[in-house]
Amino acid sequence: MLDIFRTLLWRDITLAMRSRADLVANLFFFIIVVSLFPLGIGPEMATLRLIAPGVVWVAALLASMLALERIFAADYEDGTLEQMLLTPQPLALLILAKVAAHWLVTGVPLVLIAPVLGLQYNLSGEMLQVLIVTLLLGTPSLSLIGAIGAALTLGLRGGGVLNALLVMPLTIPVLIFGAGAVEATASGLGGIGHLYLLGAILLAALFFAPLAAAAALRISAE
Amino acid sequence: MNSRLINWFKLSSPATFYPFAGRMVPWFSWIAIILLVIALYLSFFVAPTDYKQGEGYRIIFIHVPVAWMSMFIYVIMAGWAAVGLVYNTRLSAMMSEALAPTGAMFAFLSLWTGALWGKPMWGTWWVWDARLTSSLILLFLYIGFIALKSAIEDPRRADRAGAILLLVGVINIPIIYFSVRWWNTLHQGATIKMSGQTSMDETMLIAMLIMTFAVWAYTIAVVLLRVRTIILERERDTTWVRTLLQEGNRR
Repeated sequence: MLDIFRTLLWRDITLAMRSRADLVANLFFFIIVVSLFPLGIGPEMATLRLIAPGVVWVAALLASMLALERIFAADYEDGTLEQMLLTPQPLALLILAKVAAHWLVTGVPLVLIAPVLGLQYNLSGEMLQVLIVTLLLGTPSLSLIGAIGAALTLGLRGGGVLNALLVMPLTIPVLIFGAGAVEATASGLGGIGHLYLLGAILLAALFFAPLAAAAALRISAE
Repeated sequence: MNSRLINWFKLSSPATFYPFAGRMVPWFSWIAIILLVIALYLSFFVAPTDYKQGEGYRIIFIHVPVAWMSMFIYVIMAGWAAVGLVYNTRLSAMMSEALAPTGAMFAFLSLWTGALWGKPMWGTWWVWDARLTSSLILLFLYIGFIALKSAIEDPRRADRAGAILLLVGVINIPIIYFSVRWWNTLHQGATIKMSGQTSMDETMLIAMLIMTFAVWAYTIAVVLLRVRTIILERERDTTWVRTLLQEGNRR
């Protein structure tokens, strides 16, 4: 069972690495969205610093929604997905492998570039550290929850927008605690409580989301 | 097999439910109208003026029942979704589909009446209060469900996909509610409380409860009407619908 997890993980990462333009586009979408806010709001550092956690988090949410559209699409089109549905291994495990691969190639780059963007917003070193930790804990949850939506909207017209419409309300807790942790650190309250909650959400999503996505995939690929 | 169980499943067939729903609609419509008139009379003429909020508070007689209903309908939809997934009954999915527009309407109404209430009381149309925010998210959830249903052409797939979305949503609602509440208290401390300062006058409570039942009866009547239409649309190729329509034409 672990074999198929590893194989699928490597396969998806390799496939993603072969079409790197998609990944770079996703990363630049994140960078551009974050960089647009100062242009819209004004270059006042005090204001920017205040909104930075929220801006980075909303941008990460949008970028991960955009990327999620592709998580099952290619496998669905060439029929690989049907073969996965037919394997004796549990489908939830395969989905977990796909989501993990997806997060490694789309989520981790966002986490790595976030400190640079945080510097643009004049965040302190401590805030940057917390921002990275929240993104590390939060973006996998976004990918997991988003996978349910991606499975439900598989093969539909306008699936991407629809997926965002379905998933975004469900990701609000992640956004709240993610941005909240950084703000709480900035105001001296300490963001450790938020981090615990983010971890709790991640654990719950790790367990439930693959099951729900598996049920959704079986319906969509019928 | 237990006879009550058989009766229950008998109604779960669209062919038997259709005439049953048709018989129930006038009853619930009349109950809704009568209760609505009583509740409006009580709330406008009998209930005393609030000593703090003046006459403007009277909007709660609509606001509170509507807000309750908007939350309750989502839970009922999720219940139907679970039944539909477990027993694979067609009618359950039709019920949740019929409930969705009414639920969305109530969610919108609760926001709208809340804004109308907030303007004179708090001096602002909108506050990022925990309840307001979670009502807004509830409206988004309804809209997501309706959007998903209408995007999928195959009705069987739409039913089951919608059911999964509802179940995921209903698990998430408490998480969303508490996260919004904590977010709110962390952000701005004590905001204006929507309730709790004054204990409620008895006539106010009675008027509000009657209005709640009126809203219930209205919901049942409208949903049964809507589910009849959905049944006719979905089952249009069956013989019973054909004979029904031919009889209707002859009359």
